[in-house]
Amino acid sequence: MGGDALRAGPPLHGVMVTASGTSNGARAAAAFPRPGARRLLVLGGLALFLGGTILGDVFAIFILHPNADRIGQALAAATAAVRQHRAEDAGQSFAAIGGFLENRGTKVDAHSHMIGFGYLAMLLAILYPWVRLSETTSRRLAAMLITGGVVLPVGVFAIHYVGLAYSPLESIGWASIVADAAGLLVVIACAGFLAGLWRQWRSGETPAEDALLRERSWAGRVLMAGGTLLILAGFLHGAWYAGVDLYAQEKQERDLLGAMADSAALDPGPGVIPERAGTALNAYGMLQADHAVKIAAHSHMIEFGLIGLLAGFFQPFVFLSEAWKRRWAVVLLLGSVTLPVAVLLELRYGLLAGGFADAGGALVITALAGMLAGVLRFTGQLDAASEPVGAGGRA
Amino acid sequence: MKRSQHLLAVAGLALAVWAMSYGFYYAVWIEHQTLDHIGGSLAGAFQHAALRETAASHASLDDYARAKYVYTREVDAHSHWIGLAMILMVLAALWDRLSFGEGVRGMLALVLIAGAYGFPLGVLIQNYVGSGVGQGIAVAASGLMIVAFGLVAVGFARER
Repeated sequence: MGGDALRAGPPLHGVMVTASGTSNGARAAAAFPRPGARRLLVLGGLALFLGGTILGDVFAIFILHPNADRIGQALAAATAAVRQHRAEDAGQSFAAIGGFLENRGTKVDAHSHMIGFGYLAMLLAILYPWVRLSETTSRRLAAMLITGGVVLPVGVFAIHYVGLAYSPLESIGWASIVADAAGLLVVIACAGFLAGLWRQWRSGETPAEDALLRERSWAGRVLMAGGTLLILAGFLHGAWYAGVDLYAQEKQERDLLGAMADSAALDPGPGVIPERAGTALNAYGMLQADHAVKIAAHSHMIEFGLIGLLAGFFQPFVFLSEAWKRRWAVVLLLGSVTLPVAVLLELRYGLLAGGFADAGGALVITALAGMLAGVLRFTGQLDAASEPVGAGGRA
Repeated sequence: MKRSQHLLAVAGLALAVWAMSYGFYYAVWIEHQTLDHIGGSLAGAFQHAALRETAASHASLDDYARAKYVYTREVDAHSHWIGLAMILMVLAALWDRLSFGEGVRGMLALVLIAGAYGFPLGVLIQNYVGSGVGQGIAVAASGLMIVAFGLVAVGFARER
């Protein structure tokens, strides 16, 4: 499918499916059939990415910072308990810290897995013409992937709340079991698509030309160029972090925790927390914050680079005017740069930078919602115009 | 569709399947026990300190640091494998636009695949064969990835 008339947006009505089925619209309907695997992968993938990004923004605003404060307070309480010879209280403080970390970790995992599965679905939609499977099998695999992609993050999210209630296992609760089963569904679905890709390679046949792989519009090119640069920046930042900070921070963390425990146990003086322990406690908090912002900036640069590239591919399916497609492309890239840069500046500028980071995330969400609306309009137009042709698709 | 393009697509999806299988295995059989171990050893360090058992406290802290070091690399290997798999797949879809001949494209594809498989492997084996060897592999593989990706960006920029 594709063609200039389609990419222009509104004139779509005029080029839809004809009886002969030879127009751009006919090719569009064939490439993007109503109940088809490819449409399921595109819409499911975009929805998963959008859901994951919204979850991440809500988590960052309402949970991340209060949770970090509670961890700091519990660590201070543990240090005070050491000072006062109360070993049991120290243990209880760490049990509380474990709960706070689980609360944080499961939400980060739900957020990142939802986004990751969204990427996978969209990538498989792009590679779809190279997958030699029947439409029925592809549709089942796509449904399996999207189902697993939704259930796994929901299961992971629920781990903190469900705990080990009624679990048949010693250390794994029902929410984990459900999440793991959903992960297995995704693995099976991807293995199925891999088998299809392998069969196509072995067959030596050339697949039909595909609109997604021929995208050359302004919005598509800007998104792909911006995405490539963001990924490269993420690579370089990650390499710099691993070389300069990672090992030093791991050693520093052990030393600071040791200083807290030793000082509370051995330093003379009347305070609840001795000065050296207090200094180590503050430094530990700063170290955790520094680690968190650098990892977040690294991963978000690469994630947003990937979504930029993927969104670039899907521009032929975005049924909006060229002006709006350009606006959403620019908004997406603006948010994609703003969020990681602002996250890196959070340690220096605090809430101001945090606000900019959240605004960057909101820009990405808004742009993707705009594009998703365009894809939904596109599919609606296809369905309305292609009724006589039927769902069609691949053999 | 060129051979290098198909190679990237198959290698990318195979890496994604491998990364998810590793993640599944890790989540079911290793992660929960590892997190319990990390939390238990840190709590133990402070409890020993409360009882003024300094040597035991230090031993627990060392245990915590070692367990967290291992956990970090296990999780990093999983997340980097899947991330790099997706980059291989997206590059496969864009491969036709690279303004290089098939020979250079094939070489770039092989370098990218070696980097994508090798970098997380280097990170992971730091847990088993000493950090020096693992770091060496990780640094070399990530260097390959960065250079190859930079060349790919140049190839896209030169698009005709």
